[in-house]
This record gives sequence, structure tokens and C-alpha cells, in this order.
Amino acid sequence: MKILVPIAKVPDTTSRIAFIDNNTKFNPDGVTFIMNPTDEWYAVVRAIELKEKQGGEVVVIHVGLADSDSVIRKALALGADRAIRVDADPTDAYFVAAQIAAQAKEGAFDLIITGKETIDYNSFEVGGMIAELLDWPAVAQVSKLEIENGVATLKREVEGGTETVEVKLPMVVGAEKDMAIARIPNMKGIMSAKGKPVAVVPATDDVKLTVIANYALPDKAKQIKYISPDNVGELVRLLHEEAKVI
Amino acid sequence: MAVLSFVEIADGKIKKASVEAAYYGSKVAESLGTESVAVVLGTADAATLATLGEVGVKKVLHANDARFNNFDSKLYTKLIAEAATTAGAKVIVASFNPNGKLVSSRLSVRLKAGYVPGAVELPVFTGNELVVKKNVYSGKASAHYKVATDVKIISVNPNSLSPVRTAGATAAVEAFAPSVADSDFTIVVKSVDKITGTIPLTEAELVVSAGRGLKGPENWGMIEELAKEMGAATACSRPVSDVDWRPHHEHVGQTGLTIRPNLYIAIGISGAIQHLAGVNGSKVIVVINTDSEAPFFKAADYGIVGDAFQVVPKLIEEYKKFKAAH
Repeated sequence: MKILVPIAKVPDTTSRIAFIDNNTKFNPDGVTFIMNPTDEWYAVVRAIELKEKQGGEVVVIHVGLADSDSVIRKALALGADRAIRVDADPTDAYFVAAQIAAQAKEGAFDLIITGKETIDYNSFEVGGMIAELLDWPAVAQVSKLEIENGVATLKREVEGGTETVEVKLPMVVGAEKDMAIARIPNMKGIMSAKGKPVAVVPATDDVKLTVIANYALPDKAKQIKYISPDNVGELVRLLHEEAKVI
Repeated sequence: MAVLSFVEIADGKIKKASVEAAYYGSKVAESLGTESVAVVLGTADAATLATLGEVGVKKVLHANDARFNNFDSKLYTKLIAEAATTAGAKVIVASFNPNGKLVSSRLSVRLKAGYVPGAVELPVFTGNELVVKKNVYSGKASAHYKVATDVKIISVNPNSLSPVRTAGATAAVEAFAPSVADSDFTIVVKSVDKITGTIPLTEAELVVSAGRGLKGPENWGMIEELAKEMGAATACSRPVSDVDWRPHHEHVGQTGLTIRPNLYIAIGISGAIQHLAGVNGSKVIVVINTDSEAPFFKAADYGIVGDAFQVVPKLIEEYKKFKAAH
């Protein structure tokens, strides 16, 4: 089985967010970039677990510039076999999905696993877009994934519960919590990652469907009102009369 | 020309998030001087669908076919695309909920339509160009997306705007019979495991949430009691779900659910940035914590520095009094 895992590079969760160029660009100064958490913890690791159990190959794909190397090496250190980097600045979800879908077609993959959403744009767009570009089924919010005889059995979250569904491969899976247990690369993994191939390929087309006009930071920090623990009734009153939420 | 909203049914009712999407679609239609149309896939009661008229929907295209009852992103994309053609839709609106997200991103490809995921405000049109705001960096910033494609797609962040209802207004429900082949169905549902008797977190307007400050799973009785009194859903922080004090589906935060209720009461949760990422869209946040330095207070509207074991029982009593008086 050949599994493709798209990985994104995002600012670390604790980063201070700031913008430059008249609020049109993210300011990367002093920011640590990491692999998108759900890509790493659930998508990459589950792909590796499936390979360990059933054999096959795990390929990670990233759309980004040369400074993404550390993110790619981490995926290889975790156990991915090789990587593809599409050498382009990822500015639009459709553009990213088109690059990944083009590589997926060429590589004859059986399964694509993506993370739940990236922590920068919080959108979960790319997985669905890849599926549509390939005309594949896609299931998101997946917390369990097993593959047998070319059929995936998945547990997906639905409002107020879960559903177990079956889908014939090939397909796209959107992974979230509980799908795998996050791993830390070991020394052997880190050493072997250095020798694993990273194919750098040019972008195939240049269609973009959206543009980010500008960014903004929230106006100001919230003004908190403290209520004495001896006067809890006051909280109920404020929630009703002032905040009007009860 | 029209604006088409994708409306979902759960347990015979229109999902709250879908009512918001339909309302948003109606507002967009109004600003464009066109008609608000909704599409519903699967069995549903026509009288229920007609109530979409209260949020400005003029027409509901209803594919009343049990084969469409289970969400299948590939199938739904094809059906909604056909509904968009039938209605002549230039803007498609869905909820930024799990199904809405997946289907919108697929439709974006199918219709070569620019897509804005998770809009928090109504869009502004200038000629053929649309600009709309969405949150980015887990709620730490916002961005204005610009879309100029012929067809445009927007998914609406749940609880971003409150639908204004015109009581008694009804939408015309029309049969919609899309053409499908066996090969369009890609998902077989083997079993469903519903959690009964509780309010689904993503649909809840009020949420009571607790964390490690509660010291052990045996102390959740008062949290559940408060939630029950208030008609709220219960949630928890990641450490609590990781050690199985609470079920995993209650975990809110960056790696769990993202929620945007009207009221989020956080009890014994310190407010790590990863937790805030999942709840900072809440309209009002109340924090109850013994540690006055807990970072959560910085994101709160109301705070009580105090021991949960004393404050929560008092809050239950005070809420009961309030309920009796209102």
C-alpha cells in the first residue's frame, strides 16, 4: 500500500502573531515553525503504523520553499520513507491542493491522510480539494482508521456521536485525535532521515482562487470583571443583565 | 441568479448551524438583490423545511430520498453542484461545520469557485469581487479574503451571527430529483453510536467545562448538575480527557473540538494557549480558578478567583434561584 501524507509548515502554537508590509504578510521574525500538529501527530504517525503492520511505503509531500527542510526531515525521522517538496510559496489552498493532486496521480497512491486543519488558516480545505481533483471519496473527522483488502473502515465524528463507515480505496482521510499516538523521533530515525530522498519538483500550474487582502489583530485585550467568590449571585445577574447570554 | 445555502437535517430537525448558514445566504441574497434558495438532501418533513422561510429562504430544493440520508462528501458535492446549476446560484453558503467544510472545499474545485472557509461577518461586494473576514492563527488574528471567481463559496463560522426570524414566513418546498448512478455512492455506514441524553457540544449555546483543578473524575457531579440546570453541554480540557477522567468527545482545544458558544464557563482550567485556541471564539467567557495568575483570566469576560468546590455549588443554587424568578 502506498500512502501519501501532505504536511504543512505552521508557526508554533505559542508564537506571537504579527504582520508586516501594511498588514498583508505574516511576520516570520523570531517565529519558530513546526509541522502542523494534527499532520504530525495523527496523519504521519498513522500512516507509519499502517506501513509497519501491512507493509508499503509512506511518502510525505510538502508545498513550500527550501526553509521547510526541518519540517520534512522530522517526518522522515518519524519513519516516512521519502519526501516530495513542491518548490513554491503556498498562498492559496486550491493551489496547494492542485500540486499535491498532481503528484498523487503520478505516484499511484492508495490512500492520502491529512491532518484535521492547519493551525494558521484553520480551514481544512486542502484534503477535500485533493479528493475532488482526484475524484476520490473523502471522509473527515476520522478518529480510527483500519485498512483490509483495499477497504478502509473508519470511525468518524458526527454531531452527538460517532459513525463507523466503510469506503473502498483510494480515498482521502482527514485525521484527528485518537487516530494514532503521537511519537517522538528517536536517534536512529533522526540519523536515517538524513539519507532519505527528498525530491524537489517545480509547481505544475499556477491557478489561485482566493487572495488574502490583509490581516488584522484583535482590537484590544478583553476587560475582565472580577466577582467575589462570596457573591456568586452577582455573576448570574451580570450574565443575564449585562452579557445577556442567559 | 440566486444564493444557494446547504442545509442539513439531524434527528428530523434543521441543524442550528444550518439555520445560520441559510440566514447568512438570505442576507447575501438581499444585498445582491436576488433570491435565497436552500438545498436539503435526504428525508425530511416538508413542514419543517418550510420554516426556513423565517430566515429569509424563498425556495427549498428538497431531494427527499433516503439514499441521501448519510453524509457522503463525493455524492453530496455532485448533488449540491447540480442544485447550484438548477438555481442559477452565483454564491453558495454552507456552515463551517464538519460536513460543510468538506463539501465546500470539494465544490470549490468542482465549480472552480473561490472559497472562504469560516467567515465571521457578512461579505462586502464590489462589482464581481467579494471581500469577507475570517479568523486565522487559531483566533489570534483575522484576515480579509478576496474572491473574484464567477461562482463564490462561503462557509459560515457557527454562532458568528444571530439569525433574525420573521415568525410565520414560509419557504416553498420543491422536489429536487438529481440524477445519480450507483457509482456516486462511496460510503457505507456500518454502525452509529449516538451519545443520548446530552447536548452535542458543537451545537450548544451554553457550555460548562472543567479541567485538572477538579482533582479527579469523581468530582464531576457538580459540573454535570450545573450544566443540567443551565441546559448547557459539558466539556473538558485535554489533560482531563487524556487520563480518561472524561470521554474524549468532550475535549475542546486545538487538538479537540473548536466551539463558539454564547457562554463558556471554564472551571479549574488554567487556559493554556492550546485550550484557548478551541474556545476563544466564545461570546462570553467565565473563568473560575483558585490561581489568580491563571492565563485564562486574560481571555475572560468575568472571573472568580476561588475554589471550585465552594463556588460551583453556590453557582448552582444561585442559578436555580434565577431560573425560578425568570
